[in-house]
Amino acid sequence: MQTIILTVLIVTIITATLAIILTIADRTIANYGEVTLTINREKEYTVSGGTSLLSTLTSEKIFIPSACGGKGSCGYCKVVITEGGGPVLATEKPWLTEEEIAANTRLSCQCKVKEDIKIEIPEELFLVKEYTTTVEKMVQLTPTIKQLRFDLGEEEISFKPGQYIQLKAPAYEGNDEEVYRAYSIASSVKDNHGIELFIGYTGGITTTYVHQYLKEGDKAHINGPYGDFYYHEDDGGPMILAGAGTGLAPIMSILMYLEENNIKREVLFFFGAKTMDDLLLVDRLKGFEDTLYDFKFLPTLSREESPEWTGDKGRVPKSIDKYIEKGGNYSAYLCGSPVMIDSIVEALREKDIPLEKIYFDKF
Amino acid sequence: MIDIHPVVIFIAAIFTSNMIFSNFLGMCSFIAVSKEIPTAIGLGIAVTVVLTFTTILNYFVYWYILDPLGLEYLMYIVFILVIAAYVQLLEMILERYLPNLYYALGIFLPLITVNCAILGVSLFMVTRQYNFSQTIGFAVGSGMGWLLAITAMAGIRSKLSNNEIPEGLRGTPITLIITGIMALAFIGFSGMVQIQ
Repeated sequence: MQTIILTVLIVTIITATLAIILTIADRTIANYGEVTLTINREKEYTVSGGTSLLSTLTSEKIFIPSACGGKGSCGYCKVVITEGGGPVLATEKPWLTEEEIAANTRLSCQCKVKEDIKIEIPEELFLVKEYTTTVEKMVQLTPTIKQLRFDLGEEEISFKPGQYIQLKAPAYEGNDEEVYRAYSIASSVKDNHGIELFIGYTGGITTTYVHQYLKEGDKAHINGPYGDFYYHEDDGGPMILAGAGTGLAPIMSILMYLEENNIKREVLFFFGAKTMDDLLLVDRLKGFEDTLYDFKFLPTLSREESPEWTGDKGRVPKSIDKYIEKGGNYSAYLCGSPVMIDSIVEALREKDIPLEKIYFDKF
Repeated sequence: MIDIHPVVIFIAAIFTSNMIFSNFLGMCSFIAVSKEIPTAIGLGIAVTVVLTFTTILNYFVYWYILDPLGLEYLMYIVFILVIAAYVQLLEMILERYLPNLYYALGIFLPLITVNCAILGVSLFMVTRQYNFSQTIGFAVGSGMGWLLAITAMAGIRSKLSNNEIPEGLRGTPITLIITGIMALAFIGFSGMVQIQ
């Protein structure tokens, strides 16, 4: 008995002593004092050094997209550091291409702020805010996809149709880490006191949280908006939209935008799904055919055997081949899995649609 | 306590009881960081410094705390704690005052924590019952032996990089083979001094 107590005591004392020494060192040696952070050559912030650039920016209420929360495992939090970032670290290299390294692109979660530092970030990121929301509504759209509405209360969000936000999944039973995952906004840009998302159940940390733990009336944290996939006013010509499953979300937002602003463009929407059960919001989408200037809703099912289905069968590239004329002045907006996007891009390229007019969001 | 002069232990730790060539300890960073001479020397010096100071710290912890209380069996966990804390401290100091070395060592500095040569030296110090001056000789010698080994290996590998090596042997396999040949060469020193 005495040995056990003595052992515990000695290990505790030694650990505590070492911890105290390290804490003192952290306060003195690792204390870099106050440094100046300059963003885009105009905005200056005085911050205390010693922590990562990502968390320094977060504490200044500037949100850089990051899905892993600063562990260096997602590669999203890239910023350009023009001065004071030190050399590229081994932990960043896997995420950066040679061109990015040459352009001083760095992972902000890995770079420490130790001296005066100058960085460049897209202007839009200044619009990014963090919101505490309330889950206003949850609707089961298909067996696996839920539609959620988050109420922002007094706060307003300003975004472009097609952009996304990040939803925070807190720690819950079976998950002990906080993570952020990106979801495209499925609601109208005019509806700026709330946002809607489509979230499919995949068994991942965030989808499990949403499908099994989150209830109406609960609080949820989001930040955004982010993303360079959004509706471009100036590309002209007819539009091709294509998506599958929850990839409908940004397209929904774009369609609402076209409806609200009475934009006179020819629009074709290829909606891919496996079976009739996987089609969501069909009535709403068909409704756009009446309200929009020239809209065709073209769902295509890859695995439907039922004779009730009279629409197109097969995957989206097959439909594109059927409906799109070669050489038209199209621009395309695609949202879906990488495999699906790649196959659609290939089909569009065969129709001579230039790459710079194909916008996509892979997830 | 065995009566060997500290200088003898120091020489022996470099040549005849080299951590790498006769004990095969500290292999992971030895293989990973022995591609270029400057980085290898940097890591070698870092290992020598960490080794010397942690062994001295562990000497006091063992003989003045654990041994009098009869808690010798705690040495594994306590030694590791001391090494981990010391490396953490060293990392902060390097990051602040020698940033170039800090960046050159990169993620290998924290890896020193789990470098078995460091723990190995502390444990040998206990099992071989060294006194304080012998401990210093042994620790500094082991560190310098490791530095010598990794520098030599980096030299050989930088020559190798210009030669064609069969694909299956590139990288780690050829390094292990060379380590074996170097270990054989070091046997040539064995008649000089002997401590194990």
